[in-house]
Amino acid sequence: MTRERGGGRDPVGSFLVSTRAAQGFRHGDDVVCAVRGLTKTYPAVRGRRGVPATPEVRATDDVRLDIRRGEIFGLLGPNGAGKSTLVRQLTGLMRPDRGSVEILGHDIVRHPERASRILAYLGQESSALDELTVSLAVETTGRLRGLEARRARAERDDVLDELGLAPIAGRPLRKLSGGQRRLACFAAALVGERPLLVLDEPTTGMDPVARRAVWSAVDRRRADRGTTVLLVTHNVIEAETVLDRVAVLDRGRVIACDSPAGLKEQVAGEVRVDLVWREAAPLHVPEVAALRDRVVESGRRWTLRLAPEEARTVVATVTGGAAFAALDDFTLATPSLEDVYLALGGAVRQGLVKA
Amino acid sequence: MSSQAAVSAQNGAGAGANPDEGEQHDVSVVPADVLPGGALARKQAAPAPAELGPRARLWPSLAAVYRAQLSRARVARIPLLFVATFQSIGIMILMRGVVDGGGEAQAVVAGSAVLVVAFVALNLLAQYFGQLRASGGLDHYATLPVPPAAVVLGAAGAYASFTVPGTVVTALFGCALFGLPVAHLWILVAVIPLAGAALAGLGAALGLLAPRPELATLLGQLGMSAALLLGVLPPERMPEAVRLARDLLPSTYGVEAFARTFGPHPDWARVLGDLAVCVGVGVISLAVATWAYRRAAVR
Repeated sequence: MTRERGGGRDPVGSFLVSTRAAQGFRHGDDVVCAVRGLTKTYPAVRGRRGVPATPEVRATDDVRLDIRRGEIFGLLGPNGAGKSTLVRQLTGLMRPDRGSVEILGHDIVRHPERASRILAYLGQESSALDELTVSLAVETTGRLRGLEARRARAERDDVLDELGLAPIAGRPLRKLSGGQRRLACFAAALVGERPLLVLDEPTTGMDPVARRAVWSAVDRRRADRGTTVLLVTHNVIEAETVLDRVAVLDRGRVIACDSPAGLKEQVAGEVRVDLVWREAAPLHVPEVAALRDRVVESGRRWTLRLAPEEARTVVATVTGGAAFAALDDFTLATPSLEDVYLALGGAVRQGLVKA
Repeated sequence: MSSQAAVSAQNGAGAGANPDEGEQHDVSVVPADVLPGGALARKQAAPAPAELGPRARLWPSLAAVYRAQLSRARVARIPLLFVATFQSIGIMILMRGVVDGGGEAQAVVAGSAVLVVAFVALNLLAQYFGQLRASGGLDHYATLPVPPAAVVLGAAGAYASFTVPGTVVTALFGCALFGLPVAHLWILVAVIPLAGAALAGLGAALGLLAPRPELATLLGQLGMSAALLLGVLPPERMPEAVRLARDLLPSTYGVEAFARTFGPHPDWARVLGDLAVCVGVGVISLAVATWAYRRAAVR
C-alpha cells in the first residue's frame, strides 16, 4: 500500500524524467561507453615529516557501467567517492590497474590516446587557459582539437554567441568570476564537436542564467547530433533535473544505477520528517522521547526517515499535543536522491550538496 | 570465391573505420556459405568502431600553442621581462667597476644578454610547467589530440621569443657602456633562438619532471643563478672546478658564441661550433621535455 503510494507520489518529477529519458533513447539503445571491472588502487604512502601516512585506497572498485547514446548519464557521490578518478580513467588520463573501457568501439585502456579524438573533457581545472582571453582560449582549443584555422574561428564565434559569452570574449579568463570562467571552459569543451562530452562539475559557481545556457547547449547537441554526456556532480538538485540515468558512487563502488525516478522508487517506502525545535526537544513528552533513538540530530533539528503512516502519526503527535509548544517548524518530504544515497548505505555523515 | 564475398561484406560494414588485416583474415577463413544469411546480417549490424575525430597536426597545433602562449606572456610576463632586463643592465653597471674593457668586457656583455634568455626561458618556463602539472592544467592538453612536441615546442618557442626585446636592449646598452662594436650584433638572430631552445628545453624538462611545483621553481632559480654566475663572470678568473661546471651549462655556449663576435676578426668557425652545441643541447632537452610531458600527462 505504502509502496504504491510512494510510486505515484511525485508525478511531476517522474513525468519530467521519463520524457527526458524517452528523448534520450530515441537514438536507440546502443552503448557508447562500456566499462567493465574497472579497478584502480592508489598505493599506500609512507608518512614523512609533517605528512601523515595514508593507507592504500581503492579509488575505483570493480566498476561496471553502460552509457547509452544520447543520454545524460550522471556520476553522483560525495567528495572522495572516486568520481573524478573514474572519469580520468575513462578519458585516458589515468591507467586502471584492471578492467576495460570501451568508447564507441575503441579500447581506451589499450589506446588511451584515442580518447582525445572521441570525447571532449571539461576538467575541474582551468589553469591551462587562465591567462588567455575567452576568445583565444576557445579558438586555440578548437585548433588543438584538429580544426583548421577558419573552421576554428567560425565555431568559436558560434559557441560564444550560443552561450552569451560574446560581450566578454576579449577578457582574460583570470579576470572573470568563477561562474563565467567555468562557462568559458565549457565553451572550449564544445568547440570541435565530439560525440561524447565528459563534464566534471560543469556548473560549479554559475548563476541560473549560465546554468540554463549550459543545459540548453547540451540539449541542442543531443537533439541535433545524438551527443552523449557523462556528467560528474555532487549536486542532488541538478542530478534530479538533468540526468537520464545516474550511477551512485560510494568509496569507489557503484552502489546503484538507474534513472533518478527509478532510484527514488527504491526508497519510496520512506518519507523524511524534519522537526525543528524552538530550544530543546521536549523529551518529557513520551511520544517524542520514544523517537529519540531513531533521529539524526543536528542542533535543534531532528531528521527522521519513516514509513508514510508512521510519519503521519508523528506529525499528528507533534503538532497536536504538548510537544507543539516546543516546535518551531516541521517539514515532510518525499525522498530525494540524497535519501537514496543514504538509504543505499553511502557514507552517512558525508551528505551531498543541495544547492 | 565465397570467402571473398564475406570479406567484401565485412569491408562494407567497416567502411569509415579502417579494417585492419587481422580482421579481414579472420572473416575470410570462414566460408560465407556456412553462415546463414541471418548470421551475416547480425555480423554487419555489430557496430564498427566509430570514426575518430581528426588528429591535430604538428605544425598548426604548434603555431596555435605558440600564439596562445605568446599572448599569455604578453598579459602576465611583461613586468618580469623588465625585471630580467634591469637585472642584466644592473649587473653590467656593477661589473664596469671590476673589468677593464677587452675580452672581459665582451664576456660580461654577452653573459648579461644571454642571462635575459636564461631568466625567461629556463626559470619562468620551469615554473610554468611545474605549476601547470601540479594544478592539473596538463589535463586540458592531454585530452586534446595534439602531439606532445607541439605543446612543449610551442611553449618553449613563445618563451624564447619573448626574450628578444630584453636581450637586444641589454646587448645595445652593454655595447654603449663598454664601447664594444655593434657591427656583429646580428648574431643575436642565431644566439637567441638557439640558446633559447637549449634553455627552454631544459626549463620545460625541469618543470615537468619535478615532483612538486616548489621544486620546479627552485630548480629554475638555481639554473638561472648558475647562468648568472658562470656566464657573466669572466672565465679567466675562475678556479678549474668552476670552469668545468661552466662548460657543462648550455647557456655558456650561447655566451661564448656571442662574445667571440665582438672581436675585430671573429673566428666564425668557433662561433658556429658553439652554436652547434646549443642546437645539440636544445634537441636533446626538448626531446626529454616532450617525453616528460607524455609521462606527466598520463599518470
